[in-house]
Amino acid sequence: MNPPVPADRVSVTVTVNGESHTAEVEPRLLLVHFLREDLNLTGTHIGCDTSNCGACTVLVDGTALKSCTLLAVQADGSSIETVEGLEQNGQLHPLQEGFLQEHGLQCGFCTPGMLLSAKALLAANASPSEEEIRRGISGNLCRCTGYVNIVKAIQYGAARLSPAEAVGVSQ
Amino acid sequence: MTETVPQIRGLGHSVKRKEDPRFLRGKGNYIDDLKLPGMLYMDIVRSPYPHARIVGIDASEALKVPGVAAVVTGKDLEAAGLAWMPTLMSDTQMVLPTDHVVYQSQEVAVVVATSRYAAADGVTAVNVEYEPLPPVIDPIKALEPDAPLVRPDKEKQSNHIWHWEVGDRAATEEALNSADVVVEQDIYIPRIHVASIETCGCVASFDRISGKLTIWMTTQAPHAIRTVFSLVSKIPEHKIRVISPDIGGGFGGKVPVYPGYVCAVVAALTTGKPVKWIEDRSENLQADSFARDYHIHAELGADRSGKMRGLRIKTIADHGAADAAANPSKFPAGLFSIVTGSYDMPQAYVEVDGVYTNKPPGGVAYRCSFRVTEAVHTIERMVDTLALKLDMDPADLRMKNFIQPEQFPYKSVLGWEYDSGNYPAALQKALDRIGYQELRREQSEKRARGELMGIGISTFTEIVGAGPSHTFDILGIKMFDSAEIRVHPTGSAIVRIGVQTQGQGHETTFAQIVAEELGLPVENIEVEHGDTDTAPYGLGTYASRSTPTAGAATAIAARKIRDKAAHLAAHLLECSVDDLEWKDYRFQVKGAPERSKSMPELAFAAYTNHPLGMEAGLEAVTYYDPPNLTFPFGAYICVVDIDRGTGEVHVRRFVAIDDCGTVINPMIVEGQVHGGLTMGLAPALYEQIWYDDDGNMHGGTLMDYLVPTAVETPNWETDRTVTPSPHHPIGAKGVGESATVGAPPAIVNAVVDALSHLGVTHVDIPMTPPRIWRILQEKGVALASS
Amino acid sequence: MIPAAFKYAAPTTVQQAVELLSNNQDAKVLAGGHSLVPLMKLRLATPPVLVDINRIPDLNYIREDSQLAKLRIGALARHNDFEQSALIRDRYPLLWDTARGIGDPLVRNRGTMAGAVAHGDPAADWSAALLALDGEVVATGPSGTRVVPLTELYVAILTTSLQPNELITEVRVPLPAPRSGGAYEKLERKVGDYAVVGVAAQVVLADGGSIAHAGIGLCNAASTSVKARQAEAFLVGKAAAPDNVNEAARLAMEASDPIEDDRGPVDYKRAMVRELTRRALARALERARGGAA
Repeated sequence: MNPPVPADRVSVTVTVNGESHTAEVEPRLLLVHFLREDLNLTGTHIGCDTSNCGACTVLVDGTALKSCTLLAVQADGSSIETVEGLEQNGQLHPLQEGFLQEHGLQCGFCTPGMLLSAKALLAANASPSEEEIRRGISGNLCRCTGYVNIVKAIQYGAARLSPAEAVGVSQ
Repeated sequence: MTETVPQIRGLGHSVKRKEDPRFLRGKGNYIDDLKLPGMLYMDIVRSPYPHARIVGIDASEALKVPGVAAVVTGKDLEAAGLAWMPTLMSDTQMVLPTDHVVYQSQEVAVVVATSRYAAADGVTAVNVEYEPLPPVIDPIKALEPDAPLVRPDKEKQSNHIWHWEVGDRAATEEALNSADVVVEQDIYIPRIHVASIETCGCVASFDRISGKLTIWMTTQAPHAIRTVFSLVSKIPEHKIRVISPDIGGGFGGKVPVYPGYVCAVVAALTTGKPVKWIEDRSENLQADSFARDYHIHAELGADRSGKMRGLRIKTIADHGAADAAANPSKFPAGLFSIVTGSYDMPQAYVEVDGVYTNKPPGGVAYRCSFRVTEAVHTIERMVDTLALKLDMDPADLRMKNFIQPEQFPYKSVLGWEYDSGNYPAALQKALDRIGYQELRREQSEKRARGELMGIGISTFTEIVGAGPSHTFDILGIKMFDSAEIRVHPTGSAIVRIGVQTQGQGHETTFAQIVAEELGLPVENIEVEHGDTDTAPYGLGTYASRSTPTAGAATAIAARKIRDKAAHLAAHLLECSVDDLEWKDYRFQVKGAPERSKSMPELAFAAYTNHPLGMEAGLEAVTYYDPPNLTFPFGAYICVVDIDRGTGEVHVRRFVAIDDCGTVINPMIVEGQVHGGLTMGLAPALYEQIWYDDDGNMHGGTLMDYLVPTAVETPNWETDRTVTPSPHHPIGAKGVGESATVGAPPAIVNAVVDALSHLGVTHVDIPMTPPRIWRILQEKGVALASS
Repeated sequence: MIPAAFKYAAPTTVQQAVELLSNNQDAKVLAGGHSLVPLMKLRLATPPVLVDINRIPDLNYIREDSQLAKLRIGALARHNDFEQSALIRDRYPLLWDTARGIGDPLVRNRGTMAGAVAHGDPAADWSAALLALDGEVVATGPSGTRVVPLTELYVAILTTSLQPNELITEVRVPLPAPRSGGAYEKLERKVGDYAVVGVAAQVVLADGGSIAHAGIGLCNAASTSVKARQAEAFLVGKAAAPDNVNEAARLAMEASDPIEDDRGPVDYKRAMVRELTRRALARALERARGGAA
């Protein structure tokens, strides 16, 4: 079969937090801009331009990825979870509850990325050690908290998350 | 009828934060979240050269890029008298250049377009022709007579900006000459950058019909910005509204006025459309206000017994291409004269000279309390250097020289009146907590085996809460702060303050102050700030000033309300005001406590049953002029192990004992300390911005500007002592920057301590592995040589 | 922050990908994208066409092939796949070590071994590991596949011997011999940074305990990845003793040619090649003896 013709506009269909969206976009449109500007989901933040800070972390088919380093067109057909999707039926996710209880945020700018990296971490490892938690969030920079309370927040979430909840199986 | 005691949760409670619900859900309102109809985007063309003449700017290709609406250059601004702007230190800075550039990444032109992407394409398409000129990089060489001029526009025709000195030069000379021992050290504290996770930006919108300019801006000081903008643009101040929405970290980096803001405002005024400008991280690191860059020469003299006799400091301050620091105007070197530290220093003399170089202008921004970090680093390093020279334990040397508790209020020889402190108690608590004697024993054993382990102490005194109007102003505006409180009929309240949180939790802590003073539950108190249309005038949040100034204003405003409420209570209880006492958050009749009124009852009465002759309502506003600064302090102890193979420094333990006076919210205070410690670790081991001989910046992206992750950051151990400030209404001192100030010398002292038996007496920061390896190599203890 | 405009195609077979690369001058392959996209965002790379190979099925395998006597790794095997693989952890500890140190967890979720190898950056950890393991790549072009040993892959910095229309479709590594062990030592300024230097070591012990074979690869120690042949040759037939390890480390240092940059001066990097070679060999030998290391 012939290969597709290189195009300068591409149709993208993504499911974000359970809702389907279709748009025609430039290939160079970064996923983070698509989420923030086209879908008005501004909870995912931009903190750098060299893929170092992790503020833009989202889950793509359950995998934590830097949405600033993905093109929107690459997310075609994927299921994306952003911070806006963590709360379910008015109930905070145990990780969100943990950040609240343990003072795991101050300015809040790195928090969405941290929450999603933490969610992915707990899905792969339901009872991480402190060292594993620190390693698990080492792709997410925070300038305010010094990380101590973020670790505690994730431990709080881990303690209250059932294994099924961790991997996203609804009860 | 028994009433349940209301859950006031005022001072001392770890109230969970009221701002968290929106941040946790991704519903914060940061600048880049703002979208207005018809909004344009602005991006900036920047100079690749640190010093160059602009031969020409050709925007023709850029204007052809689809979506590009305008390109603005310095010549355009010059026509409107806006090519230059004042800095907060009464220097001047280019908004956009008309003929030459003076730092790498300087703003040269701006492109305004209908989309972010088109603006970026526009920037790539602007062609600027430069004629490079020799850059001035070394501030010491900059003072030589034949050095090129960074600022030929300045009358002085020199790279020397200002000279500042304090102390008795002759008496200090005498003290050092007669001291048994004098230790001398050059200390360089390199340039660093706050790198808050959110960069700087604004949305400027001008309403042609009302003539009102609204600027949403990442600013820590919205009112001061409004006044400056009004003076510069000639738009009347009531027609300018500055709004700080949620800010993703400030640390001082969001205090200065950057050219980008001014250009966005100009673009909004000229296009008639809202204009958004958000800088990229690289722009933020490369052009925005830096911190530190102090070249220090210090001498400390003492008796053979260890009693300090005198301190002499000479500093060259590299300010880049403009003095765009944010110090109080009489203090071009900030509060550096706190450099006598926690010690009873008989004589001291300090001189600082500010110098221009071809680097971005600045700079005090990095959570540092107006050069206090530099001062504390200097004195704490010198104390350890003295201890080494005298072969004295550094803890003992400190205890011997501390200002003693009974000496407070203590007037330092450089003019500060320290309000309160108990340094011996803090240090002892730290020593006990870390197990100091045991660690020294371990160190002996390890040394015998050739292992490098060090223990470092830092006992710092901070100086914050600027400041009393007799001494402090920024561009002439006095450094008071303000609070306005209004209690509603049904017993809840709204508080508006003149300071501006960037993560410090003001919506919670200021509510707690009011809760405590008025006996209203903390969740019924709403705190607002950041909108200059509604908030009372304040000087903003930086240098740990919010609690000392606006916190005091809040308490005093609340007390004014309570005074009025007392009269309402007397009216309701049909007694005299003198018969009442405020106890258990109620007004009670003395001797008959069952006859009492709560504040919600009194609030209701203020609107429904106030006595004749009294105005209705229950509110107050206070502009607080602090009588003095406040002096938080602490004792930090750090344990390091050095890898003889790689030169890596591993922080094994770090105990931080902080004293910020009365603690409003222990959870928030602890969080501030954790964050501050991490911003002390970062410059000690990882972060640095430096310029090579050609003026190229290194450390200009997050690839090379090494912000620590959770893996590099140790598990901080924190505790406190509480020594209230006697002059502050609630005894609180502020804490936001203490740990950034106190931590670096603790880490350096530990590393030097690990190497002192080899003859090492000092290491400059950042103590990177190559730097440490080279020392190990020279001392013959590196495991691998080249 | 914003890449220049480009055209985009997402083929669903390797043949389609190769055809796109052949028909579009200066087209670049997009796999993990965590080297390419950052360069494009800084506009240091401005390819006119991106060929996204992530839609090609059946390319993310990691499996042993006893007929070929190779571990076969598909082009879309991500760094994290190696860390999660029990096969890799148990039988290819050098690869396991290497995977765990690349970038940060988010990068590891997306970046691919093949992409890293094809990029030709001397800072690629995988390249050093594969040199130590005598690895090879399978390059697929318009006229079919060819096998290129890692030792013939790197020409100059960021330049490989691959044709512009060739795609790495597989990476291969010999099956481990009995009594073999490997380790990767990486010195980094902080998590997420490239290596200051990195050293990959793979050893095979003879029955008597002496070293039968050694492979040593150096990361970020020269303008291309380095195979420290003299150090390798020195170890063959020698006892697995500290003196020999130290001499091999010295020889590895002499094989390096680092440049001074923000990660360190030349003498420091050379010394670190020496130190990390010593550590990598020590751990590799420990693992070869059946230890945990």
